[in-house]
Formats: sequence, C-alpha cells, structure tokens
Amino acid sequence: MNGGQARDAGQPLLLGVRHHGPGSARAVRAALDASRPRVVLIEGPPEADALIPPAAAEDMRPPVALLAHAADEPGRSAFWPLAAFSPEWVALRWALEHGVPARFIDLPATHTLAWERDEEEDEEAEEDKEGMEREGGGAEAAAERHALDEDVRIDPLGVLADTAGYDDAERWWEDVVEHRGAGKGDALAPFTALEEAMTALRETYGSGGHGRDLIREAHMRLRIREAQREFEDGVAVVCGAWHVPALRRRAGVTADRALLKGLPRVKTDVTWVPWTHRRLSRAGGYGAGIGSPGWYAHLFAAPDRPVERWLTKVAGLLRAEDRAVSPGHVIEAVRLAETLAALRGRPLPGLGEATDAVRAVMCDGSDVPLALVHDRLVVGDVLGKVPDTVPAVPLQRDLERTQRRLRLGPEAAERELDLDLRKETDAERSRLLHRLRLLGIDWGRPAASRSGTGTFRETWRLRWEPELAVRTAEAGVWGTTVPAAATAKAEADAVAARALADVTGLAERCLLAALPDALPVVMRVLADRAALDTDVAHLAQALPALVRSLRYGDVRGTDTAALAEVAAGLAERVFVGLPPACAGLDADAAEEMRRHVDAVHSALGLLGDVPAARDGRLRARWQAVLRTLSVRDAVPGVLRGRAVRLLLDEGELAQDEAARLMRLVLSPGTPPADAAAWIEGFVGGSGGGLLLVHDERLFGLVDRWLTAVPAEAFTDVLPLLRRTFAAYEPGVRRTLGELVRRGPGRQGRAQALTAGAPGFGPGVDEARADAVLPVLRLLLGPDGDGEVQADRADRVEVRR
Amino acid sequence: MSVSAEPTSVDPRRNGSAPADTGPARTDTLRPHAEHAFADELAALAAQDDRPRPARWRLSPWAVATYLLGGTLPDGTVITPKYVGPRRVVEVAVTTLATDRALLLLGVPGTAKTWVSEHLAAAVSGDSTLLVQGTAGTPEEAIRYGWNYARLLAHGPSRDALVPSPVMRAMAEGRTARVEELTRIPADVQDSLITILSEKTLPIPELGQEVQAVRGFNLIATANDRDRGVNELSSALRRRFNTVVLPLPETPEAEVDIVTRRVEQIGRSLDLPAVPDGVDEIRRVVTVFRELRDGVTADGRTKLKSPSGTLSTAEAISVVTGGLALAAHFGDGVLRAGDVAAGVLGAVVRDPAADRVVWQEYLETVVRERDGWADFYRACREAGA
Repeated sequence: MNGGQARDAGQPLLLGVRHHGPGSARAVRAALDASRPRVVLIEGPPEADALIPPAAAEDMRPPVALLAHAADEPGRSAFWPLAAFSPEWVALRWALEHGVPARFIDLPATHTLAWERDEEEDEEAEEDKEGMEREGGGAEAAAERHALDEDVRIDPLGVLADTAGYDDAERWWEDVVEHRGAGKGDALAPFTALEEAMTALRETYGSGGHGRDLIREAHMRLRIREAQREFEDGVAVVCGAWHVPALRRRAGVTADRALLKGLPRVKTDVTWVPWTHRRLSRAGGYGAGIGSPGWYAHLFAAPDRPVERWLTKVAGLLRAEDRAVSPGHVIEAVRLAETLAALRGRPLPGLGEATDAVRAVMCDGSDVPLALVHDRLVVGDVLGKVPDTVPAVPLQRDLERTQRRLRLGPEAAERELDLDLRKETDAERSRLLHRLRLLGIDWGRPAASRSGTGTFRETWRLRWEPELAVRTAEAGVWGTTVPAAATAKAEADAVAARALADVTGLAERCLLAALPDALPVVMRVLADRAALDTDVAHLAQALPALVRSLRYGDVRGTDTAALAEVAAGLAERVFVGLPPACAGLDADAAEEMRRHVDAVHSALGLLGDVPAARDGRLRARWQAVLRTLSVRDAVPGVLRGRAVRLLLDEGELAQDEAARLMRLVLSPGTPPADAAAWIEGFVGGSGGGLLLVHDERLFGLVDRWLTAVPAEAFTDVLPLLRRTFAAYEPGVRRTLGELVRRGPGRQGRAQALTAGAPGFGPGVDEARADAVLPVLRLLLGPDGDGEVQADRADRVEVRR
Repeated sequence: MSVSAEPTSVDPRRNGSAPADTGPARTDTLRPHAEHAFADELAALAAQDDRPRPARWRLSPWAVATYLLGGTLPDGTVITPKYVGPRRVVEVAVTTLATDRALLLLGVPGTAKTWVSEHLAAAVSGDSTLLVQGTAGTPEEAIRYGWNYARLLAHGPSRDALVPSPVMRAMAEGRTARVEELTRIPADVQDSLITILSEKTLPIPELGQEVQAVRGFNLIATANDRDRGVNELSSALRRRFNTVVLPLPETPEAEVDIVTRRVEQIGRSLDLPAVPDGVDEIRRVVTVFRELRDGVTADGRTKLKSPSGTLSTAEAISVVTGGLALAAHFGDGVLRAGDVAAGVLGAVVRDPAADRVVWQEYLETVVRERDGWADFYRACREAGA
C-alpha cells in the first residue's frame, strides 16, 4: 500500500475529514474554494443523489439526516445525520451554491440494508447489551455503527492521539485539527498531513477489522474513476479520513468489480428527515458520537474569538435563568480558561477549559447550573427542518400499511367507532389509536361509550384532518414504525415530564397502547419522581392511576410485574409520609386529604387482586397507618373518623373499640365542630347513608350516641349533623327515618333491622332466601364473601 | 498620599501579634508546616522547573500542580501526591491563583480543604503561615490591621504603632494569604476583604496611607458549603472569588478506607480497647451515608430524598468511633449494628420533621429489602422508636 505519494495532475482531490468535525468543515470549505473542483463526491448512499437538490431549498435546515429504509420493511433503516458543521453538509452546500454537481459515492444502501438482514442473528447478542440506550430496531443501530468510521474495534484517531500522548482522541483531534484557524497558508496542507498519518496507520493496521470497508472503498474507487472520466482532474472527494489512503491506492478495476459482485440487495427508499442536536449527541439513540453538538455548531459559526463568544453566550443563558452574571464574570472566565489551557499545554481553550471556567467563576463551583449549560448550549435544542417536497417518511408508510391491514381508512368526516377489545382486530385498532395519540396525531379521540360499559369496550371518535399528515411527518423523527416511534416518544415524554401525575398518566397510556418497551424507562422515571416528591398528596394522586393501569394491563394481557413493583413502592412512601402530612390541616385541606385517603384505600383494595411481591404486608401496613391516624389528636376529625370507618369496614376494628373512639370524640370535651367533622368522616360521603341503612352495627352506634347526647349539647351538634345527613339522597333519608321510628330496641340481631325496610314484611323467610344462594355463588365465585366482591365490581364499572 | 509599603515597614518581627518564628521546623514540633515537611520535594521541583513563573512565585503553575497531584520528575525524584482526587480541581485552583483571582475552596467537612490550601500556599509562596482563622469572633483587625496601643499612646499614630494582619503582610510581600472558614466570620468583617480583592489595596485612613498589594499576592479562603448557621458570603464578595468545590471521596472503597484509617488513629489516641474487624459495619455506615448524601442507592436504581444534614465523611468517622466506644465499654467488644444505629440516626435526622420522613422512607424502601441487613434494619427501628 502506498498512499502517501504526491498528488499529480490526474489524481482526484481527496479531503479526509472527521465526520461532524467543525474544523474539518472549515478546512473543506477552504480547500474547495481554493481548488474549485468541477464535481464534488461525498461519502453517502448514492440512492440519495436525487435528494441533493432539495438540500438547497429555503426551508431545509440542518441538522437533518438521510434516511434509507427497506421499502417493504420501514423498521429496517439506516441514518446519515448531517449537522450544519458536518464537512459533508458543507461540501454539499458548496456544490449547490457553485452550480457544481454533487454525488454520493458510498456503497448503496440497498446492499448495506440487505447485509443487516443477513446478520440480524449475529447482532442480537450485542444489542442486548446496549439495552435501553437504543431507541429503534436492531437493524438501525447496527447500520448506524457501519455508517460511522470511528468504530470501537479499532479507533484510528485513538491510536494517533495515543501516540501524541493524549488520553482522549477527541481532544487530540480538536487540538491538532479543529482548532487550526482556516485560511492560513495552504488550504490543502492539513489534508496532506492527515493523509500521511492515516497512511501510516493503515500500513500498520490494514483494514483494521472493518472487513466491509474494503468493499465500500472498492465502490468508492469505481465511482471516483467514473467521475474522473467525465470531469478529468476537477474531482474532489469528501470522505472519512480513514478511507483516504485506500481511495488513493491504484487498484485494478477488475479487482474492484469482483469485490462488488453478488452483494445481496433489498429494495430501498431514501429520504431526508429532520434531526435534532440532542440526537446527534451520544446520549441520543442514533448518536452520531458527538458529545457536544452545540459547542461544535458554535465553533463552526463563530467568526472569531470562539471562547469569548461562547462564555458570553453562557452568561446570557445564566442571566435568563435569573443568575447574576456580569460582564466582569465573563472577563474572569475567559482569563481562567486561557490560563488553564496554557497550564494543560493546549494551544487554545477547548470545551473542557471553558466548562471549568464557567463552573469556578459563574456557577460558584456548583454543578447544578452547569447541567443547564450542558443541556441548553453544549448539546442544544436545535431542531432541523426538511421541505415538504421530499418523499414521505417511513412512519407515514407504516401507518398507511397498518391502516390497510386493520381496514381502518382515514376519513375526513367524523364517525364513531366502537371497539370490543376481546376481538383481535379491534384490540389492534385500539392500540394503533392510542399510539397515534401518544405521538400527537389525534386521529381518534376517546369518547364516552354508548353501548354499555366494561373494561373490554372502547369508543372512539375518528376524524382525519389534513394537518395530521404534517404531524405524521414531524413524528418521523421518533422512529420509522408506529410502535417504535410511539415508544421513543413515550420515553422522551417521561424524561421530560414535570409532575408525578404526568408520568403515571403516561404509564397508563403506554399500557393502553401496548408499548412494553417504553415501560422500563417510564417506570424508572416514575420511581425516581416518587422518591423525590415530598408532597404526599401527589403520591396519593398517582397511586390510583397506577393501580388502574395494573388492571388494564390485566385485561389486555400485558406483563405488569414492574408496574406492580413500582405501585408497591409508591404505596410504601405514602404510608411513611401520610401521618405527618395529616397533622394540623384546616377544614378544606382536611377534606382534600380525606379524598386522598379514600383513593389510596380503594387503590390498595384493587392492588390486592394483583400479585405483587409485598401485597399481603401492604394491606397490614396500611391498616397500621389508619390506626395511627385514628388515634392521633393532631389529625383533623374528618380524617380520624374516616380512618375508623375504613378500619371498621375492613373488620380490623372491633365494634366496641369503634364505639369507644366515637364516644371519646363526641364527648363534651371535644369542640363541637371537630365532633361533627368526625361524624362526617365516619358516615359521610357517598354511600355513607346506605351504609347506615344496611349496616345495623353502624346505625346502632350513631343511634346510641345520639340518644346519649345531653340536651344542652344537642343544640350544638344539630346543625353539624344536619350537614352530614342532608347530603344523603332523599330515599336514604326516608329509610333512615323509618328505622329511627321503629326504634333501636332490637339492635344486636341483624334480622331486626333488615326486616324493617319499607314494603317488606318483618323477618326473613329463610327457605326462600336460601334458594337464591346457589345462583349467587355461581355469579360471584365460590370463595370470598359476596358483599366485598360485588362492591369491587361496582367500583370497576364506575371507573370505566 | 499613597505610600507603597516596603516589606521592612511591616516586618513581623517588630510586633508581638505576628506568628512566631517561621524559620525551619524544629524536629520536635507536633505538626510541621507543609513547606518544612516537604521541603525536599519543593526544592527538587524548583531546581528542575524551567517553565515561566508568575512574579514572586516559587514554582511555575505546572510545578505547583505536580506538587499537589504527585508525579516523578525527570531526575527520578518522586513527588508524593498531596491531594487524591480529580485533577481538574487542582488545575483550576492553581490557575485561579495564577490569574490573580482569589480562590474559594468549598466543601463539606473532611474534604481536605485546609490541607489543599496549606499546600497551595506552601508551593506558591513557600510560606503557609499567613493565616487568618475564621471564627464567629474574628475581628476586622485580623484581616486589616490593629494597633500596638502602648506605642500608639506613647508616640501617636505611625507605621510603627501599626500591627499588620497576615493579609496585610501577604499584600506587602507578594505572598499567598489564607483565610480559614471564611463563612464563620461575621458578614461585616468578611466584607472588609472586598477592597483588598478588588482594588488590591488596603487603605490606612488614620495615617492617610495605604498598603498596595505587590505582584504575587493572592488569597485562598476555605468555607463549608453545607453547614447550617454560617454567614453566607455577600454577592459582592462572592463575585471576587473563583469557586472550587472539593468533592467527597469518589468511590465507596476510598471512603471506607479513609474512615477505617481515621477511626483506628482516633481509637488509639483515646485508648479505646481494640475492636476486631469492624470493617463490615463501617462499610454499612459509609454506604448509608453515601446513599443518603447522593440521593440514590449504590446500585443506582432507586432515587432517595436527601436529609438536611451534611453526612460528611467526618461524621461517618465520629459515628463509627462512638459505636466502637459503645461496643468496647458496654457491648461484647464486637462492633454491631446496634452500636452504630443510634449514631447514624442522630447524624441523619437533624430536622425532626422532614428528616424523619426521609429516614423512614429509606429504612422501609431500601434497608428492609437488602440482603444481610436485617439486623441493621431492626437496630434502626429500635433506635428510632
């Protein structure tokens, strides 16, 4: 291999770059300006040649990505992200501005995508390791790995940097290449030097384990030769620095052709999709391997004094966030950054020095504002844009295919759709609509069902509006298929969500949309938010939604073990936080807290049906919490009363004990308002009256107390009691009146009171009552007591 | 009228309040100054340091960083590391001093703030004794200057009657002054530093003179950033410092190591009976402290609320020492969960309302589920009941 030979007239101009390197981009522009080639060849899929003209369009704004995907399988795809500071993008724009043809010369995506199909099995083991970091299908990630030259198997820059005594390849490249100002001296000199270095590397390492690089390079050589025949010596090539020696090498046309023979093919479509800086960064799924796209964009865009401009920008951001940062701070930060660079022996301050300076001077040594700087500036929120004229994104095609398969075409007129989730097609339709809603494509909106209620029924109002097509195109950044995109979107939403309730809502929607892959992330965020939330009310609000999700999961056969675990953890936190949070509340806050206690209680009841690791203990602990509440004086009466009632319902409190507590609280020593509040908590709310009608024990308690109230105290409690009992429905009030008139004489025997219902004779006909039991048992199942079961079923129906 | 102070005019030997003789260490001093203890290393560095030095610096910034971080010189001299921690911290600190900005070292107790400041001063100026110890009672005289009243009464106000503070001497001689525990100093006294740091001058209105700082003067302050009841720096003063936060030990192993070593030393000096093998319990205490401090469990899977206390390494040391004393005097001589539980509880629950919830949540959601921690859980429940 002899790539270092001098360039002669017949040689193409080979510009080796680092993908997404702003210094490379400047150098490429300078080199192109200096040599004015007649054709520009760029490393990229040749199928995209037709997409080059739209790159000049007014509303084309980087970062964008070239997306190639298998026509019949949108999930199989590869991306070539391009930012404003990518040398490839600069070369593309230069060609368009100067009216020079540009071409992509890499191996066609039709082969690379076909490769992925062949080696899917091999990759799987590797993908498992990547775990949740990965956003899309395995093929995408794998293709992305091939699209990048900085491969882990052997990192050419790493070797060079190591040789130069740097521990970080990025920093070495920045010092040696990126930080060189463009325009000084020979515009081509950096490329010649780099080529020599790469040649030396490739002489040592050969293809460095990139077996397929040989095939790609063979293809590139053929295309270069083609271009040379057409344009003679006016050919410029922009490619990864690693490839330069191979492209320089004179290889036989026949040998190259032989390498390319018999490659697998798959029908491929290519289009532009908008990209974001966040996705360019390492943290993103199809990370292009740059940790600081915002900083690179700044380096590329800043005409001079990059560090000064950067620190001014940082100061602006911090000021906007209400931190006092003066120009004096900026001056000191610049001085610190420059001296630090000198101490570290770097030619110019880099991002590391600037960050250290910002931390020490502007952030008082704290990393918290620094995280903001990293998020907003170092990575940045830049969102790319592509013109409407480019071909449809694969997401749209996937949606169309799904619509055809489910026989659910888009119609502009509104119509209602009833789904029976027990049917496979209907369940899939429901999932599709839920997923689209997650993506912000509100084609269907849930509506109140007319044809009966039940966990297996859903009603949607469908209406396809033209703007939804735009939304679909926008949602294309999230993925290439509806489930993949919805999963990615749900994960991003979870991370961005502010309130705990938002995350629980999201978890519910993920279950409805059957996105099990998104659940781990959502659950992790949920657990984190729950752990950090200090407001018990928030936790208590979140729990019911979570438990509801668990039940939906059951109906739809989703695996909800993780969810149950999180729900149990959430419940634990509620238990710990609730007693202190209940102390010293005013009437309104107490009333609200009572609602939370009720919600948690019923949620725990539902949780009891779900197999959770800590289930049995949860119930016991909740009862302990209720017991604590019921006897603590600082807790408002309405909550104490509620706690006693709930314990009584559970059968955890003896009737005598409840009576004692009631007598205690209703004794003259207690302020009347508190006593009445206790009564309200005890028998108030919906169902409280019915409970009194049907539960002779409770009725007896209230009755016994009421008759024992001394005459002078009676006038005090009367208005408060009236408030409680006036809230009952008229029928209940009437029945209660009847019961009172009948007198409490025979209390203690259940028959005595139930027999008193109006319109029925006294006493129960045992034989006729027994006759109903077999049917009841059939309806309610053989075990458990009937009343509780019925109660639960009732609640479920209400929630639907 | 402005008189640029000559070093002789504020010669410390002329007045009694200046620190005692700063000459070479006597061999029987309990704790020699850094510049004496490491004189060999400083000399070796100075001899081989060919990089540019800022005015009146004994070493180049690069050599100062090497002195703190350790390394091997070209002639084979081994420089022991004085600070084990991120390189960035030391680099930023040294650079700050080189840019004549004042340096503020922040950190919770036990993060080697004073240690770093002493060694920085020793390496930069060859003198770590120009020190103002901050307390709630530190007067302005400690930072500016005081008067020798006998002389003042006898001869009237003059430079001879002036008692310079360490800061004033550092300004006049172009050395590094140190202020320890800056945030313990009352706010009005703190603010007397503002003129010194921004104008680099110290006016003496009584004499119509001023002392102007000579090149090479700088100031290192240390402060505790999570302690309660400190005097927060005014923003005017804060602006004049570059702030470097000294982090807590990075790995649990390092922290367990520090705690074990210190506990051993303290135990020996207190003549506590030796307690065999308490490492498991120490590890547990360190784990609890780290997890609550960081707000996340060691496996990184569960987030936690952080209590209001600092939970510094220093506190972990005192919890373990207390536990050892309990085990030695009242227990069976083996450090057990019960011996440290009360100490841990006391360190975590500083605010009886909020911290108790934090602690109970931690107990119920983390400790209870953890394998092999059942005894600790029980002990903590008992201690908290």
